[in-house]
Amino acid sequence: MAATPLLELRGIDKSFGPVQVLHDVGLDVYPGEVTALVGDNGAGKSTLVKCISGIYTIDSGTVTFEGKQVSIHSPREASALGIEVVYQDLALCDNLDIVQNMFLGREKKSGIILDEATMEEMAGETLRSLSVRTVKSLRQLVASLSGGQRQTVAIAKAVLWNSRVVILDEPTAALGVAQTAQVLELVRRLADNGLGVVLISHNMNDVFAVSDRIAALYLGRMAAQVKAADVTHSQVVELITGGRSGNLGLPPEKPSEFIDITPGDGQ
Amino acid sequence: MTTTTTTTAGGIQAVKPTVGSYVRDYWGKVRGGDLGSLPAVLGLLVLVAIFGIARSDTFLSAFNFANLFNQSAQVVFIAMGLVFVLLLGEIDLSAGFASGVCGAVMAILLTNEGLPWYVAIPAALLTGVVIGLVLGSLVAKLGIPSFVVTLAAFLAFQGVLLLLLSDGKNISITDEFVLALNKSNMSVTWSWIVTLVAVAGYALAQFNRYRSRIKRGLIADPIGIVLARVIGLAVLLIAGTYILTQERSINPVINSLKGVPIVVPIIAVFLVFWTFVLGRTTYGRHVYAVGGNAEAARRAGISVDRIRISVFVIGSFMAAIGGILVVSRASSVDPNTGGSNILLYSVGAAVIGGTSLFGGKGKVIHAVIGGAVIAVIDNGMGLMGYKSGTRFIVTGLILLAAASVDALARRRASATGS
Repeated sequence: MAATPLLELRGIDKSFGPVQVLHDVGLDVYPGEVTALVGDNGAGKSTLVKCISGIYTIDSGTVTFEGKQVSIHSPREASALGIEVVYQDLALCDNLDIVQNMFLGREKKSGIILDEATMEEMAGETLRSLSVRTVKSLRQLVASLSGGQRQTVAIAKAVLWNSRVVILDEPTAALGVAQTAQVLELVRRLADNGLGVVLISHNMNDVFAVSDRIAALYLGRMAAQVKAADVTHSQVVELITGGRSGNLGLPPEKPSEFIDITPGDGQ
Repeated sequence: MTTTTTTTAGGIQAVKPTVGSYVRDYWGKVRGGDLGSLPAVLGLLVLVAIFGIARSDTFLSAFNFANLFNQSAQVVFIAMGLVFVLLLGEIDLSAGFASGVCGAVMAILLTNEGLPWYVAIPAALLTGVVIGLVLGSLVAKLGIPSFVVTLAAFLAFQGVLLLLLSDGKNISITDEFVLALNKSNMSVTWSWIVTLVAVAGYALAQFNRYRSRIKRGLIADPIGIVLARVIGLAVLLIAGTYILTQERSINPVINSLKGVPIVVPIIAVFLVFWTFVLGRTTYGRHVYAVGGNAEAARRAGISVDRIRISVFVIGSFMAAIGGILVVSRASSVDPNTGGSNILLYSVGAAVIGGTSLFGGKGKVIHAVIGGAVIAVIDNGMGLMGYKSGTRFIVTGLILLAAASVDALARRRASATGS
């Protein structure tokens, strides 16, 4: 598909005190594609996402967005560029309705009065562009929505602002079978609409169902970034658990360097 | 009943609401645990019926009706402020004595310093704002639980009030403007003008909203419901004004007493203003958001600390107005102004009216409805000759009932939702 990545990370390092969590990480996110970010617990997925979204600042390395080198210091700067993150715990207010949640913190106003009509129209258009037809009313309280619908609202909230890159943190973790399918379909549609989508997931079925590329993190290093069509299920699992699979992944001697950071392993 | 579907707001299919479906939706919400002020309104009707039958001569008299407004003004104002604090799931236990301190500040400036009301009243309001700033900052910036901060302030303000009044001397006030606030009535003509303007304003706002939503192709409440709201409010206000414009003096020749108490439009203005702020402004939206999910609000870029401080400022500001009004009614301030049961009645009023103690749910009107329930219990049981001990017990039980409704509704909502 597209030749140039929308978002390009090179040589990202990040340490918390003496612990280096990310080593020389590179990642490419292409428009119109779903890039799955996989890795075991503690591999550095969340840290990487927080570096991209401006919650953490990187120690070294470059971030290139649409061909221009950028530095992101706060979530606001990330949003301004068009990078939105949908967190696992959704960050929705149960006591507000769908429209109110989608515009939270970025309300449309006419004078000092909230412009409810415009917000309702925009929310409706966004949901329609995602082919969402499962909500009864835009004025429904989020408390009354199902898990899949809540995830839908959270995703719609992220794409409302002409965002270019949407990062989804485990969007299907808490969902049932039918709702998972619904959300995955929505994830696919985001990419089809031309966005660069990063999908963090533990579930290999989900990863293979929707992603075009797979990036596997292993102990803070990017083990491999491959096309989903070129690898098998078990190869990805090997990349996640061992950092390498056949001729893919980190050179064999590399991981042993990091043995010393695991606790209880002496000096 | 047939339902017609309509396409609205950018292509989302929706059921076009009819009066029937609106009522069913409302009933569904009630069953789902979203009761709002329904229990309080029903309770108010039952109480009025009971006291009306038991003491029809005194309780239902126009004199007593007018009296209820003056009696409950302080509690209603403190409760309106507390709604904001409760919306964040916080509490302000010091609001009662804060209102006493602000009232005392006004009385001292009027009487001891001989300053005019237009200096004394702003000074009292400013005192309220400063109190709120301090309390709010301690809660938001230092992270001390509001229960502890305001409990400490409750004790401290009691002391401040004693010191201000030089160890407990009464200060009486004679300023006519201040006394008029919670003692006098509007003339009959003005009473009707104000009532009719209020009804017309409400009708205009409702119809404008309806028209503009229809024009943009959005789903509006059915016109029947809009009409019912306007007619309902009109009947209520006109009936109330009719009763209050009757002669209610025992001896009209010496001292005629008729017209709507001035405190009624004062309450109404603040009710409308704060309802507007909560419902129609970004600030109000953010208050609800922080009360519903502070973390979500923070991620949305809302300054949670600033919202948290602001609700305490509003709470203490409204308490200050309550203090001014109670001093006006008593013509004096004493060390127990804003003490005894005032704070507890105010929290009770907000909660009985339907504001949730868990945060995120509540309206300013709840304070007025709940305040009316408490005033009616207090007044009605007093007229029936019950001792204050019994009145406290009954009020306590009703508050407990309201809190149970709140807690049960919450459990119900979490069971049916998600």
